Amino acid sequence: MSVKILGKSKGFYDTFERRPGINKEQTHYCPGCGHGILHKLIAEAVVDFGVAENLIFISPVGCSVFSFYYFNAGNFQAAHGRAPAVATGVKRAKPESIVISYQGDGDLAAIGGNEILHAANRGEAITVFFVNNAIYGMTGGQMAPTTLIGQKTTTTPYGRTLQNEGYPIRMAEIISSLESPVYVERVMLADTRSINAARKAVRKGIKNQIENKGFSFVEVLSTCPTGWKMTPPQSQEWIKSTLSETFPLGVYKDISDQVEPLDLSQNFAPSERIPKLIGLEQDKLDYDIATMKIAKEIDQEIRISGFGGQGVLTLGVWLSEIGMREDLNVSWIPSYGPEMRGGTANCHVKLSRTSIGSPLVTHPSILIAMNRPSLEKFEEDVIEGGAIIWDNSLIDIEPTRKDIKNIPVPATEIANELGNTRISNVVILGVLAGFSDFLDPLVVQRVLPLIFKKKHLLEINLKAFQKGLELGRELLA
Amino acid sequence: MAKARGLVAVNFEECKGCKLCVDACPVDVLHLAKSFNTHGYSPAEYDGEGCTGCGICYYACPEPGAITVFKRWEEAQEAYICHNNNVQSRLSLQDSVRGLALCDSCGQEVILSDFLNLRFAE
Ligand SMILES: Cc1ncc(C[n+]2csc(CCOP(=O)(O)OP(=O)(O)O)c2C)c(N)n1
Ligand code: SF4
Ligand code: SF4
Ligand code: SF4
Repeated sequence: MSVKILGKSKGFYDTFERRPGINKEQTHYCPGCGHGILHKLIAEAVVDFGVAENLIFISPVGCSVFSFYYFNAGNFQAAHGRAPAVATGVKRAKPESIVISYQGDGDLAAIGGNEILHAANRGEAITVFFVNNAIYGMTGGQMAPTTLIGQKTTTTPYGRTLQNEGYPIRMAEIISSLESPVYVERVMLADTRSINAARKAVRKGIKNQIENKGFSFVEVLSTCPTGWKMTPPQSQEWIKSTLSETFPLGVYKDISDQVEPLDLSQNFAPSERIPKLIGLEQDKLDYDIATMKIAKEIDQEIRISGFGGQGVLTLGVWLSEIGMREDLNVSWIPSYGPEMRGGTANCHVKLSRTSIGSPLVTHPSILIAMNRPSLEKFEEDVIEGGAIIWDNSLIDIEPTRKDIKNIPVPATEIANELGNTRISNVVILGVLAGFSDFLDPLVVQRVLPLIFKKKHLLEINLKAFQKGLELGRELLA
Repeated sequence: MAKARGLVAVNFEECKGCKLCVDACPVDVLHLAKSFNTHGYSPAEYDGEGCTGCGICYYACPEPGAITVFKRWEEAQEAYICHNNNVQSRLSLQDSVRGLALCDSCGQEVILSDFLNLRFAE
């Protein structure tokens, strides 16, 4: 006979070491907060179903932002309202995991309203727990989309009015009106019976995911004694007497028994197909990486900056493409203003033999400045002994630093001579390949045809590259 | 009246004194203590007798580890595995209000609400 004991779930950490401060035994939630009750139901369910090891918990912005202090599970903390998008990515990349998007009403129904609709509409095979406490708890009790008419909050001090703020939004009803979701229920955490019903709904929502049924959505009416300015027992009474009037409990949709399990392997391009999709087929390259003349140790952090339209972002992409073909770890992130053309643009590129932590380049080893503001802005950031490559046919000042390699290149002038201003970035690429020890010209020349599919474009770009290469080699000499 | 065959153990330091368990207990055997824990809350306490082991307070409580309910205390008592001597032992109830017991094998005090660190034979 098994011993029947209800105690702290193995789905939680024994002590909450991630929680800052001395209190590592309690949650950070206010006394009587419904978040804790729901956490317990979720932890119990994943342990009972034997999937605690596979749980990836996506926490929102809101009071439950710190749920990763407690759940002994994988975690992503999403930007405000974006948990369903993060959950989508995680579930598609790791279909065998159990992915829970856990969100408050500010997070899900206000800033993330769009996000949840589309995740639900796509029928992502995830489970969403939506904590409706009719208020923004974390930020101090402001009105939420779910705040009741007449309810006083810090931003509706005289009570929410129809004229000013409109009706409370009923998410379970909205989600259930969509085709894809398989299970939508609203429950409450207000007394023994309702907590028991909530427990069943939590288990069903998770079970559906284990069985690959599709999108499950459980809305949970939950106490916020602090935001409501009530005691915990009063808060539960208020859910029963008032909140559940506007948000009726019940199953809004359940087709989980009618649908066939989804085949999640068909959900996205399998990883073997990705190299082909992005033109990265190794068999197209007839060189042996081991024989290449590139340095053993490489750790380049490059910042490329100029006007939009000069191809600075593209140059960064090429560098990463080339780096990948040299078997390096690479990262590229763009950073630009709202303009499509004419504004400033820059990007961060890292090329490394070792793995890359952050893709941000704050102190470049190489700065490529294609216009004056870029040189002025980033010159100071370059590391001692680093290099500044700058287009001296466009920039009418010079770098002032003496502790760096100063490499002026009339890239735009050369590009113009070749008949196309827009290939100045390829000239720069050539210069880099010529003087540096981390780009093999051979590899670059093989990569360019993959980028420029049209013959005439390829010809002129190869010429520009050759010009740059010669210039770069002169620099080296 | 339902049979008192259970035992509830509230963790004095993990409880936040929200009173939800006190209100939820159908046989009314929980109350808030007069004293405070380190975090400044007056924790819930067992009256010391009458718990049926229904588990209602466990689900009412928002804190992951504040409440442990032994649905059938006598069975749990016999199934205890002493972590010092790694043998099946027996628990003797010491303080039912605070949920403290003694291990028959090693003689040490056992905090019954420290559930994740207790082991029982299946
Ligand atoms: C982009 C962004 N906008 C606004 C905020 C401020 N903010 C933090 S939590 C929150 C609302 C949280 O309310 P809810 O989702 O209901 O969760 P609760 O705290 O009630 O559990 C807001 C607006 C933020 N952190 N990020
Ligand atoms: S503010 Fe409200 S939602 Fe946030 S922890 Fe406190 S009671 Fe819970
Ligand atoms: S287990 Fe049941 S009877 Fe025992 S204290 Fe909890 S609610 Fe009361
Ligand atoms: S044991 Fe849990 S429900 Fe009871 S008062 Fe303490 S925190 Fe609240």
